[in-house]
Amino acid sequence: MAQTATTAPERAVEAAKISVRGVSKIFKRDGKEVNVLDNINLEARKGEFVCILGPSGCGKSTLLNIAGGFLKATTGSITIDGEEVNGPDPRRIFVFQERGVFPWMTVEGNIGFGLFKLPKEERRHRIAHYVKLVGLEGFEQAYPQELSGGMKQRVEVARALAVNPDVLYLDEPFGALDSITRLIMRSELLRMWEAERKTILFVTHDIEESVQLADRVVVMSTRPATIRRIVEIDIPHPRDISSPRYLELRDSIFEEIGLAHKV
Amino acid sequence: MTLSRKLLPLPAMAVLISAWQISVMRSDSTILPGPWAVVLGIMELAQKGLLLKYVVASLYRVTWGYVLAALIGIPFGLLLGWYKRGEKAFNPIIQILRPISPLAWIPIAILWFGVGDGAAIYLIFLASFLPLTVTAMNAVRNIPEVNLNAGRNFGLSERQLITQILYPAVAPYLIVGLRITLGIAWLVVVAAEMIAVNSGLGFLIIDARNAGNRYDLVIAGMVLIGIIGIVLDAGMKNLEKMKSIRWGYGGN
Repeated sequence: MAQTATTAPERAVEAAKISVRGVSKIFKRDGKEVNVLDNINLEARKGEFVCILGPSGCGKSTLLNIAGGFLKATTGSITIDGEEVNGPDPRRIFVFQERGVFPWMTVEGNIGFGLFKLPKEERRHRIAHYVKLVGLEGFEQAYPQELSGGMKQRVEVARALAVNPDVLYLDEPFGALDSITRLIMRSELLRMWEAERKTILFVTHDIEESVQLADRVVVMSTRPATIRRIVEIDIPHPRDISSPRYLELRDSIFEEIGLAHKV
Repeated sequence: MTLSRKLLPLPAMAVLISAWQISVMRSDSTILPGPWAVVLGIMELAQKGLLLKYVVASLYRVTWGYVLAALIGIPFGLLLGWYKRGEKAFNPIIQILRPISPLAWIPIAILWFGVGDGAAIYLIFLASFLPLTVTAMNAVRNIPEVNLNAGRNFGLSERQLITQILYPAVAPYLIVGLRITLGIAWLVVVAAEMIAVNSGLGFLIIDARNAGNRYDLVIAGMVLIGIIGIVLDAGMKNLEKMKSIRWGYGGN
């Protein structure tokens, strides 16, 4: 068929889901130019979990915001499935820290927020499915202020997954949680990712977090951010975080960033 | 709250009223009334039909001035908050007008509207308009960027952003602003009525003094103003209990 013929050459080279080409970002503040991102080139395959790791304020969030369509790159471009990013889009959902939930809506209202185009029955069905996926049964009618930080974060993740996006952007999603909740949320996120196989870009400043979660870790420098190295994490899930390979990969990133891992 | 805590204001009130009674008895003043004389004064007003008439007159003016201000000021403030250029353009004017007491407008109000309801309503409108505009403007400005971005991310149009994010996000702040502003409007109506009209509780106070030093009626007017004020405030406070708004007031 004609259609197959036109797509065949593209299929030969495995097309990247997300490709970041020559992205730089310069902010102008008080007449001064601040160079935040410097010529970033990066690709993510479909269904891949990529962590962008860097020190606070290095510009990794800026990169994610450009990919989400909330900011414009000064130079370069980001394409998703070959289509240039030109603004926010429901096919790629940005998950903020838990402060992104709508405080005036119940858990159910929040999770169903992006489903306004669906018929009522379908909508209710999907809400119920994602309430269950994130383990919030019994809290459907609760308002965010009645929930813990971890529960609010689950609501946000469920709200994002409910619209069935291809791509999830997570901007330090667990940064404000206590360390125990953070560990639980990481394995929950992996469970959901394995169930739904979204392409994930996950920004963090936590080395351990990145090595536990990602297929690949993109290590960024301080501002203006460049990519120092991309580390392939070739350990299958669930990962044993005391295995020699885990420690080796983790330590190589510690060294890359120039930290002696002794307290 | 336990019952005993709820009753706590009663002894305090009893002490105050006793002190009032005692000090009036010990002074030789024949002008200042005691609490009982004030109660009699209120009853006298009721018998003459003035009590209801004056209360209704005051509430009528407050309602018109305040509702008009809300209908115009809140949408205006929301617009200024939503469109940054509007705020840039109008904010300096608002800030200059804000420190001018509504009472300073009395001469102009009388010039434009004559002595009557129009002048009083205009003054209450002025007193309510700016606080409501500023409340609405700030409420929009304080909507967290993440909430708006989330709305855009899920594909909301500009109109949907306004109805689904902006309105619910500003509602708690507007309710608080409405409550505070109603208090201001109630303060201003009394002053306006002292000068610009011939009825209402403010007029009662000034008239009772002018027409034969009836200080029992002066204080009766003050007490009525206080009681109605507290009832209005309690009514507005009830709005804050609405479920979809309660999140805005912190705590659980």
